[in-house]
Amino acid sequence: MMINSTDVVAVLPFISVALGSVGLLIADLLIPAERRHVTAWLAAALLLTAAVIALSLLGSPTFEAFGGMVISDPTAFFLDTLICTIGLVTILLTLRYNQVRGILRGEFYILLALSISGMTLVTHANNLLILLLGIELLSIPLYVLCGIARPRLESEESALKYFLTGAFASGFLVYGIALTYGASGTLSLQTAPAAPNVSGDPLLLIGIGLILVGLGFKVAAVPFHLWAPDTYEGAPTTVTAFMATATKVAGFAALLRVLHGGLPGMESTWQPLVAIIAAATMIVGNLAALAQQNLKRMLAYSSIAHAGYALVGVAAHDTTSVVFYLTGYAFTTLAAFAVITAIGSSEGEEMQFLEAYSGLGRQKPLLGAVLAIAMFSLIGIPPTVGFIGKYFVFQAAVAKGLVWLAVLGVLTSAMAAYYYLRVVMVAFIREGSAAAPLPTPSAPRNLAAAISVAAVFVLGVVPALLLSMIGNGMLSTTP
Amino acid sequence: MDATSFVTFLSAALFVIGALGVLLRRSALLIFMSVELMLNAANLAFVTFAHRWGQLDGQVTVFFIMTIAAAEVAVGLALIVTIFRTKRSTSVDELAQLRG
Repeated sequence: MMINSTDVVAVLPFISVALGSVGLLIADLLIPAERRHVTAWLAAALLLTAAVIALSLLGSPTFEAFGGMVISDPTAFFLDTLICTIGLVTILLTLRYNQVRGILRGEFYILLALSISGMTLVTHANNLLILLLGIELLSIPLYVLCGIARPRLESEESALKYFLTGAFASGFLVYGIALTYGASGTLSLQTAPAAPNVSGDPLLLIGIGLILVGLGFKVAAVPFHLWAPDTYEGAPTTVTAFMATATKVAGFAALLRVLHGGLPGMESTWQPLVAIIAAATMIVGNLAALAQQNLKRMLAYSSIAHAGYALVGVAAHDTTSVVFYLTGYAFTTLAAFAVITAIGSSEGEEMQFLEAYSGLGRQKPLLGAVLAIAMFSLIGIPPTVGFIGKYFVFQAAVAKGLVWLAVLGVLTSAMAAYYYLRVVMVAFIREGSAAAPLPTPSAPRNLAAAISVAAVFVLGVVPALLLSMIGNGMLSTTP
Repeated sequence: MDATSFVTFLSAALFVIGALGVLLRRSALLIFMSVELMLNAANLAFVTFAHRWGQLDGQVTVFFIMTIAAAEVAVGLALIVTIFRTKRSTSVDELAQLRG
C-alpha cells in the first residue's frame, strides 16, 4: 500500500503533534535548565499550530485513509481543535503554578504533547487497533504527569492509583477487542457487526461489553469511577485540569467512534446499557459531590456527574449534542481550575479546602467572578454554555424517547446547584481573611481564564457558531 | 471440543484469573503482574482467532499489544519504585493519603 498525501492530510493534526513532541524532546536538551519556560512556550506554539491545522481542515469532506484504518470527518477535526486548544490553555495555567511548585520541567510539556498526540489519534480511529494505540498513547504519559510532583506523596499515590486502574481498564479494552475480532473476523469498526450472522453472537456482545467497560474507566463513568477523586485530588492541579477536560473529551471521542461511528445496526443492543450507566453516573457523581469540602475533590465528582450528562447524549445517539456538551464543559472546568491554580501560598502549598476561598470575591473580585461564572455554567444557568449544553443533550434524549433520562438529568442538575452555589456563597458572602497569601499574578494564567470565560459566554449566547463547526455528527454512521 | 474453542476458553480463564488477581491482591507489583496476565490472555485469544479466520491481522495485533505492555511496564515499574522510596511499601492498602 502506498501512502499518498490524502492519507497524511487525514491525520495531519496527529502527525504534527507527534513529530513536534519528538522535536520538543530534542529541543529541550539544548535549553538551559533555568530557562525551562522556553520549552513550555515551544509546546504552546506546537499546539497552536496543530489547532490551526485542524481548524483549517474542518471543511473537508468525510473520507477514510490508510486503508480504512483512520477516518476523517468534521467532528474528528473539531475534536482535534478542541483538544489542542485545551492543551494550550493548560500550558498557560502551568507557567506560574509549576514554577512555584518546582515542577517546571521540560518533560512535563513533552509528556503533555505526547498525550495530546494520542488523543488526536483516538478522534480519527476507524479501527479497534488504532483506537487502542491512541488510548494507550494518551494514557501512559498521563500516568507520569500525575506523579511528576514527586517526592510529594499525594502526587505519587495519585499516579500509582491512576496507573493501576488505567492498566486494568486497558486489560478489559484489549480483551474486548480480541473477542470482537474473534466474532467478526475484522478489527474495522465499520464492518465488524455487519458480517453475516454476527450481530447476535454472544462473543461479540461480551466483546463490546468489555470495550465499554474499558472506555467507561477512561471517562470515569459509574461504576468505573472510583479512581477519579483520588487521582484528581493528588495530581498537580494543572495536570488535574488537563485530565478533567482533555482526557474526558478523548475518552468520549473513543466512545463516539465505537458506538456512533461504528457498529452499524447495533444501537438497540447498547442503548439501554449506556442509558443505565448515564443515569447511575449522574446520580452517584452529584450525590458524592454534595459532601465534599475539598474543592478539587468536588470538581472530580462534578466531572463524573458531567460525564453522566454527556452519556445521556451518547445514549440518545446524538453526536453533535455530546460534542457540544463536552466543549462547554471543558472551558467551564478550565475556568474553575484557573482559579484553583491561582490560590495558594508562596511555598507552593495548595489551598484546596473551601474555607480558603472565603472572602475571595471581595479581595480579588476578578478571580471571584471567574469562579462564580464557572460554577453558574456547571449548574447550567443561562446565558452560560452549561445551560445550552444540557438543553441539547436532554432534548436529544427526549427526541429518542428516553424521557426518564432527561427528567433524571434535570433533577440531578437541580441537586447539583446546592454544592456549586455553596462555593459562590463562600467566596462572596462569607466574611473571610482569604486565608492564603495570594501568589503574584500571572499574565498567562489570566489569559487562560479570560479565554475560558469568553468561551463560556460566547458559546452560551451563539451556540450556532459551534454547531456549524461540529458538523452533522459522525457522517460514517449508517442511518 | 475443537482446538479453537479450547484455547478460547483457556484465554478466558487466564483473563478471569488476571482480573481476580487485580481485585484481590494488595501488592502493587502483584496487581501489575495480574494486569499483564490479562493482556497476555488477550494475546492468546488474538492468535487463536487469527488462526480461526485464517488472517494475519490478529497476529500482527499481538505485536502491538506486546509493545504497549512493554511501555506500561517501563512506566509502571518506575512509579512503583518511586513510591517505594517514599513509603517503603508497595501495598495499595497503605496508599490512604487521599480519601474523603
